[in-house]
Amino acid sequence: MHDAQRPDDDQGPVTSDQLRLIGTPFRRVDGRAKVTGQTRFADDLFFPRMVHMKLVRSTVPHAHIVSIDTSRAKKLPGVLAFLTGDSMPVPFGILPVSQDEHALCQDKVRFVGDPVVAVAALTEDQAHEAALAVEVEYQTLETIASIDEAISIMEPRIHDYGDEGNLHKKISMEFGDTEAGFSEADHIFEDVLYFEGSTHLAMEQHAAVALTEETDRVTVYSSTQTPHYLHRSLAKVLELPAARIRVIACPNGGAFGGKSDPFNHEICVAKMAMMLGRPVKICLTREEVFYCHRGRHPVLMKIRTGVKKDGTLTAQHLQTALDGGAYGSYGVASTYYTGALQTVTYELPRYRFDSIRAFTNKPPCGPKRGHGTPQPRFAFEVHLDKIAHELGIDPADLRLEQLVAADSVTSNWLKIGSMGLGKCIEAVVAGSAWRERYGNLPEGRGLGLACGSYLSGAGLPIYWNHMPQSGVQLQLDRSGGVTLFCGETEIGQGSDSVIAAITAEILGIDLHDIRLCVADTDLTPVDLGSYSSRVTLMAGNAAIQAAERARNLVAKGAAEELKVAARELVFAEGRVFHGEDPDKSMSFADAVIAAESRFGTLGTTGSYIPPRSPGRYRGAGVGPSPAYSYSATVVETEVDPATGIYRIEHVWMAHDVGKCINPALVMGQIEGSVYMGLGEAMMEEQVFRRLPKKRSSALVHKHPSMLEYKSPTFADMPPVTSYIIEDPDPNGPFGAKEVGQGPLLPVIPAVANSIFDAVGVRIDQVPIAPHMILQAIEARDRGKEARFGPKSFPEIDFGVPLRVPTPAEGGDGKAINIDEAGVRTGTGTMTERKDGEKGEN
Amino acid sequence: MSQEQTTRTLQVNGEVHHVAFPVHHSLLEVLREELGLTGTKHGCELGECGTCTVLIDGKPLLSCLELAAECENRKIETVEGMMRGNELHPLQSCFADLGAAQCGYCTPGILMAAQALLEENDTPSRDEIISALSGNLCRCTGYHKILEAVEWAAAQLRGDESYRLPESAFYGDQVPGEKVSDA
Repeated sequence: MHDAQRPDDDQGPVTSDQLRLIGTPFRRVDGRAKVTGQTRFADDLFFPRMVHMKLVRSTVPHAHIVSIDTSRAKKLPGVLAFLTGDSMPVPFGILPVSQDEHALCQDKVRFVGDPVVAVAALTEDQAHEAALAVEVEYQTLETIASIDEAISIMEPRIHDYGDEGNLHKKISMEFGDTEAGFSEADHIFEDVLYFEGSTHLAMEQHAAVALTEETDRVTVYSSTQTPHYLHRSLAKVLELPAARIRVIACPNGGAFGGKSDPFNHEICVAKMAMMLGRPVKICLTREEVFYCHRGRHPVLMKIRTGVKKDGTLTAQHLQTALDGGAYGSYGVASTYYTGALQTVTYELPRYRFDSIRAFTNKPPCGPKRGHGTPQPRFAFEVHLDKIAHELGIDPADLRLEQLVAADSVTSNWLKIGSMGLGKCIEAVVAGSAWRERYGNLPEGRGLGLACGSYLSGAGLPIYWNHMPQSGVQLQLDRSGGVTLFCGETEIGQGSDSVIAAITAEILGIDLHDIRLCVADTDLTPVDLGSYSSRVTLMAGNAAIQAAERARNLVAKGAAEELKVAARELVFAEGRVFHGEDPDKSMSFADAVIAAESRFGTLGTTGSYIPPRSPGRYRGAGVGPSPAYSYSATVVETEVDPATGIYRIEHVWMAHDVGKCINPALVMGQIEGSVYMGLGEAMMEEQVFRRLPKKRSSALVHKHPSMLEYKSPTFADMPPVTSYIIEDPDPNGPFGAKEVGQGPLLPVIPAVANSIFDAVGVRIDQVPIAPHMILQAIEARDRGKEARFGPKSFPEIDFGVPLRVPTPAEGGDGKAINIDEAGVRTGTGTMTERKDGEKGEN
Repeated sequence: MSQEQTTRTLQVNGEVHHVAFPVHHSLLEVLREELGLTGTKHGCELGECGTCTVLIDGKPLLSCLELAAECENRKIETVEGMMRGNELHPLQSCFADLGAAQCGYCTPGILMAAQALLEENDTPSRDEIISALSGNLCRCTGYHKILEAVEWAAAQLRGDESYRLPESAFYGDQVPGEKVSDA
C-alpha cells in the first residue's frame, strides 16, 4: 500500500471550494411526481383484497357509554367485523405525561366526534351503512364548554387526572425578581387579549392502510408527520413488540401539525387488519378531520410589562389560559410554549409566566404551525405597538433598541445563536417606506409592524432518551449512485430535497444520483418527525455527517488510484480530482469502485443530537432549540371606517433563515406562512355552538366543512414582498435555520397594528371581523375606549411560582424553591381537598 | 344505499374504458377506484375545495359532484393525460420549477383548471387567472407561485420569448429550475 497510510489521510478531502447546489433555486426532487399525480398519498394505495373501515363517533359531548348494539349493523351486506374499546384497553397519547386516549372510547366519550366503534366491510359504502346502523346509548354528563366553565366546574371531571378539577395543567414560573423589575419601570402597561382557535385544514384528509404479511407482523401506511411516534403508540396499544410493526409515512398532503399525533384510526386500522388478515383502509371524511383537530389552542392572555421612558423593558408578567379540548395531545408542551419564547426577541431581564390549560368537551387542541407561540406573540407585539405609541417612539425603533444579543442566554435560560432580527426589521422598514409612511397615511389606510421568532427544532425529544434525534444512512454502489435512508417525513415542506441536496453537495454529485428511502420504520434510521421545524437542521446535520464519512472513504479509494493525498482531493461535478492539478481525476463512480475494492461494501451513517440547553428547572425542556429563526413584517391595510370591512393591500416579510439550502423552497415557506397567518388574523376559527334544546343541546362544531370554515382563497391573497436574510447559525447545516413556521408569527399582530394605524382603534383579539372594528370606532366616537377585545383575565390562584434566578443574577439554571413552588395561597387543590374529606370521614 | 352496479363506456385521456361500478358513484370514485387514476385527489367530496377538478368536454368540473354514470360519451381529462410522452406539459414544469406545488395535493386540480383557462385564453391577465382558479383551495403556497407558474406556462405555450418572470420569482439573478449537470 503506498500512501494510503499517510497520517494526513485522516484529515479528509475537501468538498468543492464553493457551493454549487446549496443556495440555488433548484427544482425539488419530488417536483415531477407532484405535478404528474404520481405522488402516492395514503389514500392512493390499493391492495388486493383490501377492505374498508369506518368509525362510529360520539354524537354527544360528554357521557358515559351505557351500551353498544351492533346487532342490526351485523346483518347488513358486506359487514366483516367490529371493534369496540374493550379490545384495546391500553391508553396512549403523544406525550408520556398525558396517556389519556384510547383507540376506541372505553366507558366515556369526551367530545362530539370521539370514536366509539370501528366497523369493517367489503366496500366503503357498506362500512358507512354499517357504522350508521350501530346503536350507542349514552348517559349524558354536564358539558364543560369553555375555559371559564373548566375553572368553575370541578365535577364532573373530563379526565381523572390533571392538576386540578378540569384544569389539565397549571404552571407558574418566575425568572428573576420581577417585582424589582416593575419597580424600576417608569410605566407599567397591561393588556388582555384573546386568540381564537383554528384548525390546520390540510387539503388531504387523513388516511391509513394496514396490512399483515405474517401472522404477527403488521404494516401501517399513513398520512402521519411522526412515523416514529406512531410506531411507539402502535406497539403500546396493540401490545406487540415494536420490531413486528412497520410504519410507513406516505408523503403528506399538507399537515401543519395536524398529523403529528398518533390517531385512533391508525391504531384501529392496524388492529382490524390483524383480525381480518387482509388489507384494511380508512380515509376520514372532511368532517372527521375537523374532529381530529389538534389545532391552535384558543388562548386568553394578560400581559403586563414594565418599561422605562426610553423604551427599555424591565420586567414582564404574562398569564395565559388555554382551552385544550378533550384530550392532552401535545397540550402540556403547548402550555409551556405560550410562555417560553417571549424572551428570544427583545431583552427581557426579568420574566414571570403563569398558565393554565383547561379540559373542555371539544376536539383536542395541539400543535399548529407555530405551536403555542403565535398567541403570546400576538399579545406581545400588539402590546409593544401600544407601548411605542404611548411613549412616542417609532415601533420599529422600540424593537431595534431592545434586540436580544446574538450568542447570549435569555432570562429563562435559552441559548441564542445567530440573531438576524435587526436586519429583518431594517429590510421591511426600507421595503415598505415605513419611515415616511407610518403614521402619515390618510385615514383608513395604515401600516403595522411586528416581529417573531421560532425554533429550528425542539431541543428535546418527546420521550426521554439519549439516542440521536435524527439519523441518516448512505449506501454507495458501483453505479455511482447513492441511496439515502432517513426517517424524515415529506409533508410538502421539501425535506426530501434538503437532505438530498446536502448529500449531493458534499459528494459533488448530481441531485438525481441520490435515491431516497424515507419515513419507513423498517428500513430507515429514526428521525423523530416533521414537527417543530426540526428536519432541515437535524436531518440536515445527520446527512452532513454521513456524507462526509462517505466522501472520506471514497477519497481514500480514489487517492490510491490517483496517487495523491486524499486530503488534496476535491469532489465536484460528479468527479473526484486533485485540487491543484485537476487532470488527476476520475469519475465519482470509478472512485466508489476504488473504495469498494479497498474497503468492501460501502455504507456510512450520520446522526444528530442537539446541544444541551443550560436551563435545569422543571419546564426547561420546552423552548430550547439549536437555533432560532427570526422574522419581521410590515402589513399595509385599507379599512372602510363606515363598515369595518378591511383589505390587506401588501405584506413585506423578512425572514432570517440562517442560510438558504434552496431559496425557492424558502420563499415558498415564507409566502405560505404569510398566507396562513392572514387566515388566522382575518377569518379562520374553530368554534362551537349548542344544538337546540329539542336536539339534545349538545356542544357541536359550528362549521365542520371547508365551505363554512373560512380560509383565504386566490382572491383574498395580497401581494407579498419577501426578503431572505441569511445570518448563519453555527449549529445549522451550512448555517441553515428554520423557515416553515416562523414567518407566520408576526403577520397576525401586524394586521392588528395596521388597523390601529388606519383608523385608530385597537382590536385585541383575532380573527378580526369587520364588526369588531366598527364597534371599536363607535365606542371611540361615544368617548369610550377605542378598543374591541376581552375585558379581563380570570382570577386564578397560581400559588408560589417556581423561582429561577436569571444568568444576570448569577443563577445556575436551576430553581431555588422546588419545595414551596406550586403551593396554593388560597383554596386547596383538588387532591388536597379530597385528602381533607377523607380525614373527616 | 343501493348496491346496484352499472356499466358504462368512459373516455378518459383519449382512452376508452368499459367500466362497471356502483350506479351512485361519482366520477372521482370511478377514476380512482375502478380505473386506478389516483392522480385526481379529493379534499372534501362535497364540492367545496376544488381538489378533484377534472376536465369534462374541456370544462373544469368537480369530479366529486359528477355522477360517473352520466359521463358516457363525454371527453374526460385528468392530470395523468397532461404529459406529452415523457415530457412535462409547460404548466407542469413551471409548477415544479417555481415551487407552485409544495405538498402537491391540490396541484392536479389546479393544473386542470389552469389548463382549461389557457386553452380558452392564451394571454390571461393576473385577475383572469385568479378568477379561473378561485374555486381551488391551496393551504401550502399562499397562491403566488401558482399564479406566476400559470403566467410563465402561458408565455411558453404561446411561444412568447420576450416574457420575463416577475422579480418575485427570482433569487438574486437566478431563475429557478431543474439543476441537473451533464456529469
